[in-house]
Amino acid sequence: MRDSAEPTAPLTARQRQAARIAEAASRPLGWTLLKILLLAIVDAIALYAAFVLFAHREWLVLALVVAVTVAVNVIYFSRRLVPAKYLAPGVVFLVLFQVFTLLYTGYIGFTNYGTGHNGTKEQAVSSLLASAQQRVEDSPAFPVAVVEQFGTYGFLATDPASGAALLGTAEEPLREVDATFEGGRAVAVDGWTTLPLARVFALSAELESLAVPFGEDPNDGSLRAPDGQRGYLYVSALEYDARADTITDTATGTVYADIGAGAFTAQDGRELLPGWQTTVGFDNFARAVTDESIRGPLLAVTVWTFVFAFVSVVTTFFLGLLLALVFQNNRMRFRNGYRIILILPYAFPAFLSALIWAGMMNESFGFINQVIFGGASIPWLTDPVLAKVSVLLVNLWLGFPYMFLVCMGALQGIPDDVNEAAVMDGANPWQVFRRIKLPLLLVTVAPLLIASFAFNVNNFNLIYMLTRGGPRFDDVSIPVGHTDILISMVYKVAFTGQNRDYGLASAFTILIFIVVATIAVISFRKTKALEELN
Amino acid sequence: MTKRGIAAVGAITAVSALTLAGCTAGTGGDGGDAASSLTVWVDAERVATLQDAADAYEERTGVRVALVGKSVDDMKDDFIQQVPTGRGPDIVMGAHDWLGELSANGVVAPLELGDSADGYLPVALQAATYDGTVYMLPYAVENIAVLRNTALVPEAPASFDEMIAPGTFVVEQGAEGNPYHLYPFQTAFGAPVFGTDAAGGYDATDLQLGAPGGFAFADWLAAQGAAGTLNTDIDGDIAKQQFLDGTAAFWLTGPWNVGAAVDAGIDVAIDPVPSPTGQTASPFAGVKGFFVSAESTNKVAANDFLVNYIGTEDVQLDLFQAGNILPALTAAADAAASDPIIAGFQAVGADGVPMPAIPAMGSVWQFWGVAEAAIVNGADPTATWQRLVDDVTAAIE
Repeated sequence: MRDSAEPTAPLTARQRQAARIAEAASRPLGWTLLKILLLAIVDAIALYAAFVLFAHREWLVLALVVAVTVAVNVIYFSRRLVPAKYLAPGVVFLVLFQVFTLLYTGYIGFTNYGTGHNGTKEQAVSSLLASAQQRVEDSPAFPVAVVEQFGTYGFLATDPASGAALLGTAEEPLREVDATFEGGRAVAVDGWTTLPLARVFALSAELESLAVPFGEDPNDGSLRAPDGQRGYLYVSALEYDARADTITDTATGTVYADIGAGAFTAQDGRELLPGWQTTVGFDNFARAVTDESIRGPLLAVTVWTFVFAFVSVVTTFFLGLLLALVFQNNRMRFRNGYRIILILPYAFPAFLSALIWAGMMNESFGFINQVIFGGASIPWLTDPVLAKVSVLLVNLWLGFPYMFLVCMGALQGIPDDVNEAAVMDGANPWQVFRRIKLPLLLVTVAPLLIASFAFNVNNFNLIYMLTRGGPRFDDVSIPVGHTDILISMVYKVAFTGQNRDYGLASAFTILIFIVVATIAVISFRKTKALEELN
Repeated sequence: MTKRGIAAVGAITAVSALTLAGCTAGTGGDGGDAASSLTVWVDAERVATLQDAADAYEERTGVRVALVGKSVDDMKDDFIQQVPTGRGPDIVMGAHDWLGELSANGVVAPLELGDSADGYLPVALQAATYDGTVYMLPYAVENIAVLRNTALVPEAPASFDEMIAPGTFVVEQGAEGNPYHLYPFQTAFGAPVFGTDAAGGYDATDLQLGAPGGFAFADWLAAQGAAGTLNTDIDGDIAKQQFLDGTAAFWLTGPWNVGAAVDAGIDVAIDPVPSPTGQTASPFAGVKGFFVSAESTNKVAANDFLVNYIGTEDVQLDLFQAGNILPALTAAADAAASDPIIAGFQAVGADGVPMPAIPAMGSVWQFWGVAEAAIVNGADPTATWQRLVDDVTAAIE
């Protein structure tokens, strides 16, 4: 309004500058100060984070922090980037908590990350070699002191049988030396410095790799001192050849080579675990659709997932709508009181409610059978059909308050005159509802119904807390049951037992994402059509 | 610029910065003075107990022991995920049946007990050993036994039938069964899960579930289910409630529930699991202990702390006093057994076998409980047990 009253002739550069200064001067000083103060706090935190990250050499994260901070400062000090001021917080959150997670899940879907493929190759090799150290049978424990000479570390050991002092390094096998004894154990030798225990603890990395050969024969083993005070003789069951990149079993002579599968593998296909994490292309996706054990119940589970989500949305919506219509009636007393009571289920955490329902539906001890049905034994959660009904009932209880709230709001948004006009034209209440209110309501509510559908497709909490997917199918060999939905089945396939398969689970999530996204896109198109209709 | 906009930018950047910094802030320990500090993840309930031990160790050696309380539920997965990044702890407290997984992921370092190995209860040492190598310093052994309400039944029963005659017996089950609590009965029929190899470790290729005893056990389960002695509707809470209010006279459970029974004013006696066959009923023993991370930069100090300090009688007794479960060190266990309840569990534990830690055990758990629950609820015992054996065999391969 104000703008249109001002002269519209183009301003000169000087005029624009003058206008800017005038505008800046006219702005309340408090807001500007507050803005500077808040940005200063943000920058201070970012600066602290940058120092911490620098100290830990996290270059990528450091670069991100710096970039975000600079961008935020530019956006909020600039006068031009008004839309960016509104969008920036949302965009940063979106990238941080959604886009990054999505991309990372996608990446994991292409790796073999999971039990046995957990770290890097170097870690796998060092772990394999460490575990392959076997104590020489019937060998004694040697009291040991760690000694040092010109940066070379050695062991000054006391032979428990003869009481003689033995000295050796990684290169030189143990030999007898004259040493100073204290309480029966050698503690010092000429030319070498005996290190105190505190120094020994600090030399962890050096000591771990220090193995002093007992004699010329490698089968006698090497002396190692895991706690820096007592030495034991070990032989290694595995040998790593860094040049050929193979590991050899010294007892059987089997050679394990890196064949690109993320583990050292022998000719006959046996793998040495731990292996390491590596990318495997589309293997996980191929397994997700071809693996016998998964494919079997997949169809039944997929069908139930959609039935569950669809029926849940429909029942919760219509119950919510019905209640909203009833409570719209002005003649009812204590309407707000009733409304609050109806919203209560929505206020409890869903997983808690599901657990309580699971207890109430217990066949022999549950409240429902014991009190309501007077001691009947109705298998609410253990009969395949009844378990599905129970899941839907509990989800109805959990979900209708949301629909009630939404419908209540949407109904209030429908102008009364439309209603009155219909009544004047002689429509009965059902016609008013069916022809006027419902279509108008659906315009506002349809996107929420789609969102609710997508939510229920992935409603893991309810299924896991109420039935854990049970009762199980009798005829399949993975622990999947009649009430399992896709996401809980994925969870079971990937995480039950001792084997974690994050790669496969991620691949599954991506597949489910594609399904849900497709449905959402189609439905939103339909909604748009609905909108144009009105 | 609006006030909301300013607030939003403040919140968002603060959160981002803290999130990003938080990813790295947990690594404070391995800077310059790393050598003199050990990070230990412990069950949040035991931080206070271990604090004294940690302080005493620091006084003795100058090595600072930083205890980090963690939830037991995600300790194992967090450990497996964080060790390869170099951000895990030096030592983690856990249970021996984690070993298969920790070892397959290469996150745990071998531990040399040396001559002190002989000082541990045999079952504890066996549990700490995986594939012939010791990886864990055991500190406590836990097994189930029968809690008897002496006010209701003054004499210990000699057999299963004698037990269920004078009073009600409850055991935790659930819709998916609970094979851990039924295992003593299964072993009484001579059907352990796995056979053992020459070194005493479990052999995944020797599945014993399908032995004739397994089918006899299945028949027994069906009979008990029909008689109502076993009921899959009884979960842990219901079993506890029935024992506490005197409905049940016998409760097959672990030491973790003794406190509740004693607090409820019940005079509890600990009995061995009465055998339904005459053969010994061996419960699973769960052994708690400490593991050293494969990527720890302080393995020498970690070894010293565990083997030469936590492995001493005094410290094991201190840990016992806080947790009230049987110490793994024989000397400490004998000292702790002056308490009749501990002595009761120790006597039952003498027959115990370590819960298998081999990865194949995961395949057994998947199917075991559900099959047992089905049999208790009236499914054909022979066919169901055969399916269990087939499913497990298929899953292991």
